Amino acid sequence: MQEIRTTHDAVRPKNPLRAWFDVRKRNLGSWAFALNRLTGLALTVYLFLHLAILSKLLQGESGWNEFLALARSPLFLLLDIILIFGILFHGLNGIRVALVGMGVGARQHRRLFWVLMVIGTLLLLVSAWKVFTI
Amino acid sequence: MAERKVELKVFRYKQGQTPHYDTYNVTVDENTTVLVALQDVRRDQDTSLILRHSCHHASCGTCGMRINGQEQLACVVKVLELGTPTVVVEPLQNAPLISDLVVDMAPFYDRYNTPEMPYIRASEFWPKTDLPDGIAQYTRYENCLECGLCVSACPVAGTDSEYLGPAAMAAAARVVAEPRDSDPEFALNWVDNEHGCWRCHVAYECTEVCPSDVNPGEAIMSLRGALTRRKFRRVFGLGK
Ligand code: SF4
Ligand code: SF4
Ligand code: FES
Repeated sequence: MQEIRTTHDAVRPKNPLRAWFDVRKRNLGSWAFALNRLTGLALTVYLFLHLAILSKLLQGESGWNEFLALARSPLFLLLDIILIFGILFHGLNGIRVALVGMGVGARQHRRLFWVLMVIGTLLLLVSAWKVFTI
Repeated sequence: MAERKVELKVFRYKQGQTPHYDTYNVTVDENTTVLVALQDVRRDQDTSLILRHSCHHASCGTCGMRINGQEQLACVVKVLELGTPTVVVEPLQNAPLISDLVVDMAPFYDRYNTPEMPYIRASEFWPKTDLPDGIAQYTRYENCLECGLCVSACPVAGTDSEYLGPAAMAAAARVVAEPRDSDPEFALNWVDNEHGCWRCHVAYECTEVCPSDVNPGEAIMSLRGALTRRKFRRVFGLGK
């Protein structure tokens, strides 16, 4: 097989941040792609944050109660909503990518996106209502 | 014809120098394409401006560039239809820059030629017509112009220098769909790796910018489908 040269360009080195997140003039697929990467990174950071906060349990009851008081402040609850948004978007868009990736709905990928996003929005609204009323 | 003045902000690069943008004022009318405007600049204002073109009618695929941030064939984009007082013109991405608006297409062609892509296909347009004597079958060219717009727009090509890319994989999908004298198994093996069809993240940007209805995004998904079916068949011992 012949040698395949790389698309590396010494003058304009590849820049993942630009390739993934510069969505100016791009279409739905790129917006979904960028937001998927962003929520994926954010959820990974959150996982470690979550473990760090859980380690507060090691400081006994008072340390944990202090944290719980903070966790009930409206600002913190808002962060919860953002977290739920991230989970819903990443999960639902992931379903779309997996389905389209298997050839299911490849032609309908835009419609699939919007249907899943409507479901996501409804779930987000219900979750927000629960978070603020429980 | 109503003439108007617009600004062309053009990406410039000469080897060994730092890239920058130069701005030129051009007079255009409603029929002036970006390619013609650039040729006017080259003729009247700056002979050092390098660009590539041939056919002037969206067939040869050599005039691909980024116009106001979007991959397009400069020969069919009318300057005034863009609706911006300044039109930004840049070379394609994900290809080594040679000079100004010209990139090195060699890596693109390397990929494109690998699975011995046929460029003639059976014509679907006259399936029922009687064939004249001496003609075995009507054929036509494949859709792809080899313009490279799709590779420039692809976010995965923007991070993986070895990515096979949408155009080449669309061609591989054509071999699978209509093998002619090529080997579909070879094409499937060729895309079945981490720089091949599994790398694609379904952004479909390739399909959006393709000027020739190739629909590379869907072609890549069809390759995945074919590979998945092949894996299932192998796992359950149903042959190849
Ligand atoms: S669908 Fe795949 S090949 Fe096409 S632009 Fe998106 S990531 Fe690139
Ligand atoms: S698939 Fe479309 S955009 Fe890509 S090289 Fe071929 S014609 Fe150009
Ligand atoms: S000059 Fe041939 S496609 Fe534009």
